[in-house]
Amino acid sequence: MIEVFIDIILLSFIAVTAVAILRMTNLFAIIMLFGIFSFLSASLFAVMDAVDVAFTEAAVGAGISTVLMLATIALTKTQKEKVSVSHRHWLPLSVVIVTGAVLVYGTLDLPAFGDPEAPAQTHVAPYYIDKAVEETGLPNMVTSVLASYRGFDTLGEVVVVFTAGVAVLLLLGGKHRISDTGTNEIEKNEHSLILRVVAKFLIPLIIVFALYVQFHGDFGPGGGFQAGVILSAAIILYTLVFGLDAAERVIPPSILRILASLGVLIYTGVGIVTILLGGNYLNYSVLGDSKVAGQHLGILLVELGVGIAVFAVLLVIFLTFAGRGRP
Amino acid sequence: MMDFIIGHYNYWVSIFLMMVGFYAVISRGNLVKKIIGMNVFQVSVFLLYISISTVEQGSAPIFTEGVELYSNPLPHVLILTAIVVGVATTALGLALVVRIKEAYGTIEEDEIHELDHTL
Repeated sequence: MIEVFIDIILLSFIAVTAVAILRMTNLFAIIMLFGIFSFLSASLFAVMDAVDVAFTEAAVGAGISTVLMLATIALTKTQKEKVSVSHRHWLPLSVVIVTGAVLVYGTLDLPAFGDPEAPAQTHVAPYYIDKAVEETGLPNMVTSVLASYRGFDTLGEVVVVFTAGVAVLLLLGGKHRISDTGTNEIEKNEHSLILRVVAKFLIPLIIVFALYVQFHGDFGPGGGFQAGVILSAAIILYTLVFGLDAAERVIPPSILRILASLGVLIYTGVGIVTILLGGNYLNYSVLGDSKVAGQHLGILLVELGVGIAVFAVLLVIFLTFAGRGRP
Repeated sequence: MMDFIIGHYNYWVSIFLMMVGFYAVISRGNLVKKIIGMNVFQVSVFLLYISISTVEQGSAPIFTEGVELYSNPLPHVLILTAIVVGVATTALGLALVVRIKEAYGTIEEDEIHELDHTL
């Protein structure tokens, strides 16, 4: 009962935050509210037992997205949204109300929240819950479904992330004319001593935590996606405090580009190796002496590939955004 | 009646968020605000999926001795990858916004349309 209570309160907070995001016009405030919005939804995911998802949302939504949006408003030098009076608001409003009403009508037939007999719980899910531990030897079912049972999906998603990174590089990576004397927001700030000292303490801890999340993801919440995001957040923090040049000395962009492709290559390479060993693509059972050992090794390698790819792509994206403002 | 409301409250809030995001995308002219609206829409979809995966009295889908009832791991997998894909595509959208600003000098939709017409 207490979970339902927390659930309802968090949902109401999220709804209020969303309305505030819609109504405000100061872009900086909107982005900060969006960070809060993401963090609230991460808490809600944790309440609803989706620990891996909560983890990812907290790192991505409240961390990386917020930083990227801030970088965008710094680059576009836009502080406020222009409010136009001439806009006719009744048309979008009526479209939204009608669509919403139809969708709410559709939910009336849905099984109640938390119903163990709902169709979603009775088809493929019981198989994963019953067999995953036995077939892969890993306690975290999310990891075994992610990397093994639905390895194809995950491969596709890693490739999408990689492609988005390449596209951002193509759009913002090259040299460009600076129209006015755009000073780099990140370079300009001389941060205080306290911030630099605290960052120096925090960054190693964040990196160790990211490695823990990467390699303990088979047993507890975590995995390649989360670890990659947390690791890139550590370097982003470093960049924000010590400047872009210092960060590029730590990790040169050329190495990052190689790492991004390497991550995807590890993933696809594991698939090729399983074919050569006589199995199907991404069927890890053939990798080890026993089925379980093979699955375990395959999942570890694939998660490593995911971690490297996500880390490198997110960092390439951030450094490209930051480098765009460089004079 | 009360059970019905509690049992469907998650879905209704998801739909409400979806519509707030949708409204921001179609009614606001600022491109950054549109992308934030898209993100709100995206989170509403995550919320819907995770609500569907929840099982009452269930535990997180990590095997523990003595636990019988687990939440559905499949939606968790789908959404966890969708979040990371979401930030990558958001970054792509933001990169386009930066390029539009460099080309047009504004990120307001109506001003961009005016500039297009005067060309």
